[in-house]
Amino acid sequence: MPTVLVDGQEIELAAGEKLNGIQVAARAGVEIPHYCWHPGLTVVASCRMCLVETGTRNAETGAITMLPKLSPACQTPATNNSVFVTGSAKVIQARAMVEEDLLIDHPIDCPICDKAGECLLQDYHFQHGQAERRADLRPFTRRRREMGDTVTLFVDRCVMCTRCVRFTREISGASELMVINRGSHEEIDVFPGYPLANKLSGNVVDLCPVGALGDKDFLYQQRVWFMKKHPGICTGCSTGCSITVEENQDHVYRLKPRTNMHVNEWWMCDEGRYGYHHVHHENRLTEPWVKSARGPAPSAESRDKKVPDTFSKVEWSALLDAMDSRLRKTQRLAAILSPHLTVEEAYLLAKYCRSIDGNAWIAMGHVPMFGEDQVFAKGFTVRAEKCPNRRGVEEVVAHFMGRVPKWEDALAAIESGEVQAAWFSGGYKKSDWNDENVAARCQGLATLIVQDMFRSPLYDQADYQLPGAAFAEREGSYVNCKDRLHSVVWAVRPPVGVRTEASLYWQLLGMPGMYRSRRVLDEIAGEILYFNAAGGPIPPTGVDLKVNLLAGASA
Amino acid sequence: MQPNDPQVKWIEEPKLGLAGKMYLPLFVQGLAVTTRHLFSPKVTVSFPEQRPQIGNPLIYRGVHRLNKDEQGRVKCVACFLCATACPAHCIDIIGVESPWPDREKYPQSFSIDELRCIFCGMCEEACPVDAIELTSLFDLTGRSREEMIFDKEKLLSVYDQTKDAEPMKSTACGGTVT
Repeated sequence: MPTVLVDGQEIELAAGEKLNGIQVAARAGVEIPHYCWHPGLTVVASCRMCLVETGTRNAETGAITMLPKLSPACQTPATNNSVFVTGSAKVIQARAMVEEDLLIDHPIDCPICDKAGECLLQDYHFQHGQAERRADLRPFTRRRREMGDTVTLFVDRCVMCTRCVRFTREISGASELMVINRGSHEEIDVFPGYPLANKLSGNVVDLCPVGALGDKDFLYQQRVWFMKKHPGICTGCSTGCSITVEENQDHVYRLKPRTNMHVNEWWMCDEGRYGYHHVHHENRLTEPWVKSARGPAPSAESRDKKVPDTFSKVEWSALLDAMDSRLRKTQRLAAILSPHLTVEEAYLLAKYCRSIDGNAWIAMGHVPMFGEDQVFAKGFTVRAEKCPNRRGVEEVVAHFMGRVPKWEDALAAIESGEVQAAWFSGGYKKSDWNDENVAARCQGLATLIVQDMFRSPLYDQADYQLPGAAFAEREGSYVNCKDRLHSVVWAVRPPVGVRTEASLYWQLLGMPGMYRSRRVLDEIAGEILYFNAAGGPIPPTGVDLKVNLLAGASA
Repeated sequence: MQPNDPQVKWIEEPKLGLAGKMYLPLFVQGLAVTTRHLFSPKVTVSFPEQRPQIGNPLIYRGVHRLNKDEQGRVKCVACFLCATACPAHCIDIIGVESPWPDREKYPQSFSIDELRCIFCGMCEEACPVDAIELTSLFDLTGRSREEMIFDKEKLLSVYDQTKDAEPMKSTACGGTVT
């Protein structure tokens, strides 16, 4: 087994494992500072921040020979009997020199820089730099360059690590960014007429170790230290990237990718990254309404002059009992489970409807598809299926129905009069999941319940119009298109008046106390074979549900 | 910390002497202090007709002001460091891109809840551009809570009102602090 010596500690590597000096030192608990190296990108060893002393140990005699000059740890492979010394006086001096050189041209406008607080230049300067700056302080110059619609460059803050350039070449594949000029005049720029406009552009902002690349969506919105970070799952498409929801006082300010080597590695797409604005949209529904009187059906000649239905605002407390007793009077019930629901929510709603009507229809909601899957150079995929949990909801539906009735099947059943009451769950980011046509097909329902975030034709004619929760407010599990289950907890509280689907179903089922996703998931894992693997602890990077199925199939 | 901690130093109460036990000498001593103050010059002023003297306005911590630069613009760059330093969480800033070519960011709104403020001066300490300062205005009144939330205009007007009597403190801004 290959052994590497880091600051006197012996680190054993697995056979065939390829690590560089930075990674092997991290395993020894030693952090080697670095700017240009990133695990997802090629090595250039240009920032010189990771310089360490390297050498080899003679396997027989144990004598150690060190190289006379420092070498970059990012470029030095950790092989058997490699030796790394990361804390010697020589290394410390080299780091201080690199820091000093980087600051010669840096404006040091930390107070107004959005990166301050999570900036590697700040952190490393504090840890490894000198207390005093010998270069003359220059007045702040505001040189700003637009890279594209999403990203802006503060030219003087750049430390030329070229992570962003390598990202556009290696990961997003469009190579929009480049380095212009030479030596100390080097700058990041785009080719004239070709702005940074790929679907992964936002990642260059995360990659930037300093405040040079700024996210226009987040620019000057919040100082980073005010925000609390909550691990979450992106609900933009069925890839289900691991993300961090960053929030302050129940307002989501940005979404950032969270490293998950099974799903999204270090990246996320712009659609997901900027797809949180609906959470705080002014048109969001925040009050439950009940149809108190149905307007007379329009006659043939006065079709356009439909008398509108009258609605009255109600309290949740009064609404639940009334709704429950009304549902209990109906013959056939249908629950349409939106693929934006969590597994737990889908299960609870189906269970509630089945507790009223033993043969209740449980059907899959509308699955929004948009365009085609887009696969990037290293395999990162933006799916056409714009919902996070089709697989999970499908399995819940299959458990109750034995098959998976689709959206169309459910509408056909409603239209044919087979079903008298229907509960549509929403949670879609836009209100385009139903139209006048769908609403007309549901005209014959005796009771129509729609819970959603935004108004839509179907919502407008519902007997019970319930406001629904957004993704950052939900607690539960999502199953992505590759059958990987992730559990998340809520990051922000829903707006006043809104109740999350889960807590509503929990109360309707008469379960005690507050909604607890873990308890529901345990129940699901016990009942549905597909979710068996979710019965144990769920790591932040999720659980592969297929593993158990394969084991079950072969057994 | 436990009572038997080695860092705890126990001190015995001093024993009362004869004079202490007799009570009368101490009584006379106290009465002498009272009598002395009875005839010494009065320091009480009848506020508000009479204004008290503020010792050193440079270190007095009264109402905040937002300083203006030479062109009359707000000096603040909306860095939120005052809001970060504030232990009472009374500063609320909305920072946006500035309309001026030489500045990157400026506060679109800047409000201080003067009722919540504890006048500790941490905001003044934190400010990297000497934009927020505490003046020696101390008689702060209002008819409602809303009125006591000072917005940017109000804080700038405090500057206009006090700039002659109290120049900016930092020497870098032409102030007088050494």
